[in-house]
Order: sequence, then C-alpha cells, then structure tokens
Amino acid sequence: MIYNMEFETLPREALEAIQLRRLKNTVERVYATVPFYRKKFDEAGVKPSDIKSLDDLKRLPFTTKQDLRDNYPFGLFAVPMENVVRIHASSGTTGKPTVVGYTARDIDTWSELMARALAAAGATRGDIIHNAYGYGLFTGGLGVHYGAEKLGASVIPISGGNTKRQIMIMRDFGATILTCTPSYALYLAEVAQEMGVEPKTLKLKAGLFGAEPWSEKMRDEIEEALNLVALDIYGLSEIIGPGVSVECIEAKKGLHIFEDHFIPEIIDPDTGEPLPYGETGELVITTITKEAFPVIRYRTRDITSLNPEPCVCGRTHIRMNRVTGRSDDMLIIRGVNVFPSQIESVLMEIEEVEPHYQLIVEREGTLDTLTVLVEVGEQAFSDEVKKLQNLERKIEKNIKEYLGVSAKVKLVEPKTIARSEGKAKRVIDKRKL
Amino acid sequence: MRVEQISIFLENKAGRLAEVTKVLAEAGINIRALSLADTSDFGILRLIVNDTEKAKQALKENGFTVGKTTVVAVEVEDKPGGLNKILEILKKAGINVEYMYAFVQQSGNNAVLIFRFDNTDEAIKVLVENGVKVIEGKTLYSM
Ligand SMILES: [Zn+2]
Repeated sequence: MIYNMEFETLPREALEAIQLRRLKNTVERVYATVPFYRKKFDEAGVKPSDIKSLDDLKRLPFTTKQDLRDNYPFGLFAVPMENVVRIHASSGTTGKPTVVGYTARDIDTWSELMARALAAAGATRGDIIHNAYGYGLFTGGLGVHYGAEKLGASVIPISGGNTKRQIMIMRDFGATILTCTPSYALYLAEVAQEMGVEPKTLKLKAGLFGAEPWSEKMRDEIEEALNLVALDIYGLSEIIGPGVSVECIEAKKGLHIFEDHFIPEIIDPDTGEPLPYGETGELVITTITKEAFPVIRYRTRDITSLNPEPCVCGRTHIRMNRVTGRSDDMLIIRGVNVFPSQIESVLMEIEEVEPHYQLIVEREGTLDTLTVLVEVGEQAFSDEVKKLQNLERKIEKNIKEYLGVSAKVKLVEPKTIARSEGKAKRVIDKRKL
Repeated sequence: MRVEQISIFLENKAGRLAEVTKVLAEAGINIRALSLADTSDFGILRLIVNDTEKAKQALKENGFTVGKTTVVAVEVEDKPGGLNKILEILKKAGINVEYMYAFVQQSGNNAVLIFRFDNTDEAIKVLVENGVKVIEGKTLYSM
C-alpha cells in the first residue's frame, strides 16, 4: 500500500521541480539563520542565489559529524528554541552526543515518513505494531511510534528489554507488525522457541528492521524463524531518524529514499567527487523540508549505491541498496553506534590505565558482543586478583555509562595487541553478516 | 622482617609460565617460592627469588608487567593445627589476609607460609608479640 499516493509516485520531472524549489528554500534559510552555514558557504564562494538547478547542489560544502560536534548542542538549529518541540541525540565520537531538534512541523513530516514506511511494509489501520526499538534519546522508538499513530494502527510501545515479557505480549495482543533491530528479531525468535512459543503461531506478517547493518542471509533467517516478510528500513538521527528510506514489500529489493524530503548523492569518500548512479560510494543526504535542523550534504559515512530503475510497487522514488559498510571506523553494536575513539576516551579517564586497547566484535548466536582488550601496564597492575577484576568491572561500567553499550573487558599483557607499522589495529570485527 | 615478592601479570595462554621461568633461569635467578592465582582470563604469578631487583629487571626487559610487594614469611611446625593457630591470632587482632601460599622448602621439619597483608607492619608486630617465628627476608632468599 502507498500511504501518500500523490507524492510517492510523482513523475520524475515533477519530483525534481519540487526538490529544486525546496532545496532553494532550505539553502536560503540556513544561510540566513545558521552562522555555521553562512561561513561555510562564504568560504566556498557560493551564494544561495547560485543554486539554479539540482546539479548546483554539488557546489555546496559537505556537513560532517565533526561539524555537529563542534556546534554542540544547539549551534546548527535554524529556528529559535521556542519553536523546537523535541530534541533527540545519538552517540558522538567523544562521549558528547550529536544533538538534533524538531519543530512541530518536523515531527509531522517525520510521522508521515514513518507512516509511509509502515505502509510500504503492508501495514494498515487494522494492524497491531509491536515496537521494540528503544524509546528515549535514540530516534528509533519514538520515530516508529509516531508513524504508527499517524497511520492509525495500534502501536505497542514495548521498547527494548525483557524479552520473555515481549513474547508474551506479542502473542497475547496478536501483534502483526514487528519493528526492531534485525539481530533483536532473531533473538526474539530464539527466546520464543526456548519458552515453547512456536514463533510461527504468532500473527506477525511483516517486520521493519534497521538501525544496524544486516544481510540477505539474515533476512532469510528472520523470515524463516518468525514467519514474516522482513524489510530493511534506514535512517539516522542527523537526517531525521528512521524513515529516510524503506524497502517496499512488493519488490523487497532496495530502499526507496523519500525524495520529496531528501536529496541523496553518492560520492567517492576519498575525493568527495559525486559518483554516477549504480556506483558504490558514500551516501550524502541533503534535507529539503526540515525546519529546526536542516542539513546540507551530510556525509552519512554509509557505503551504498543508488538504483534509479522503476520499481514494481509504483513508487517513483530512487532506491538505495543495502548499506554494506562504513567509510569511517564506526561500529554498530546492538543498534548502538560505537567509535573506537569513544572507548579510548573512557580509558583515558581512568588514571591507572593506558589507552592501549583493541575492540573485538563478534556475533554469538544472534547478538553482537563487544570485548575490549586492555593492556595492563605497571600503573594498573596489582598482585591481588580482586583489584584487577575490580578494574575490569570499572571499565565495563564506564563504557556502559558513556556509550550505552555492554562490553566485556579483558586485561591482557603489554604489547600483545598487534601493531602494524607502529599503529595498533583497534578493531577486529568477526561478525559474518 | 619484611620479604620482597615480585608479581607478574600473565594472560591465560599456554606456555607463559614457562617463559617466565626461562627468563629467570637465563638471568641466573633462583626461585624460592612460587604461587599462581588465576581467573578465567588472567593470572598473577607471585615469586620470591634470591635477587628481586635483578629478576624484576630481566622480566621487564622481556616485556612482562612486573610489580613488587612486601609480604611476610612465617615458620610453622609442620603438623596439624599449625596454620590454624596463626590464623586465629590474626583474626583476633583484626588483621586481614589478602592471600597466602606455602613456601617450598628443600629440607627441615617446619613449613614456611607467605602472607600478604594490607597492613604489613601491624601484622608483623602482632605475630612477633604472639611468639610466631617471622623469617627475615635475607634468610629466606638464601634458603
Ligand atoms: Zn518499490
């Protein structure tokens, strides 16, 4: 089902006309209201009036996560705080989160986009949506929630955790749509089986899974385990949250980017040069309807490609392929963004520990595990087992507090972390998606 | 009456203990007492040797994390109740034992126990007052 028949099936020409008009408005507005953009545009020698065609977009400078960090917390907001009705945040690279704001109209836009996404998965007013994305600063929970209400479906705001209870509620309430991370979907299936609840007896018919990279193989596993159609949904808080793009149930092949609100580009992550359709590179997104937090050419660091071919579902919006990796060192662990530098700053704050560390990410069964190896120098060493174990617990606690992700800390001997050309290998990702 | 002990951080990997003894043997160090405390992840090797400084240096040069701590060596009669008597004395004086292990002695009828206290001086005082035989470090290194 198509939620917004008019805008999701616009002929290319009409869609591009809308995009250009909205882009011009956004560029003019950020230039006038956000000193950061004015300065960047001036430095690049480009004025809002220079944007005469969609092709001129590439003349504008990129915006990076670092820029968001430099303007923490509200420096990039384009409206006065009295117009901001919601604030969300995602983890940043130094412990400080990346902060985004929404006006009432932004919340409306986001709700519509999530309603479109749910409809693309076949959801209607009659559906019961079990929303196991986390509620809170993270955009996942509330994003799906508002979309489900907009659609008129019944939403169960179950959030994360307490898996056994989730299964009981899913069964008793007769949930038909599941929204969560793909690894949590597999975990739900596993726990259901342990509890003697045959997942196939649940009423689930489709699921929207996102917030972490997954694969066709995982899709097969989830579909098999939960007896539903598993679809990919993409988004990031810097752009709006979930609902930037979604797979349609008809094709299940690539995610339609809601192009009446976002303009996607693919660039070479090293040179910044735009790449033609079909080529793999870094996804860059410009928002063209956001009020509180518009972003110009935001570098998502996600690696993918764009597919302009028409889709069987009737939507005219371009499709992006599955995200296959990152152009930086960010890890996504159980839906939480983790940068090695964040772990480093946690270690730096513990006096006796030197920041010689390595992250090992593995997938045990269906859940990702993070092990942090920390070298023990003389400062941290003690001849008492208890003291070293307390040190491990302390690091684990700080990582959990600062990053929101559980990690197992393992002390290792000095110089055991492999160094190549003097530079330590910080991350070993053993997950096979 | 304090005894110097070196401790070494070891990952639970096969062969690590042997590497420590190899380094010490090559440096001409004699091991007087040895104890390994381990968890599922790591172990702490505690040693009393004939030349603490030299041993520490040799191990550090070979990349080990080495610490030095002070312990107390106590001689007890090698018969039932010997250890218990000492533990009772310490308990009564409110002295906390962090850990302890037995000293490997080649000859003699008495056993030597190594204690690690959080307050070494206080512990020595209490032991001596109660007539327990505390062994000098010098004596122990050359035992
Ligand atoms: Zn489609």
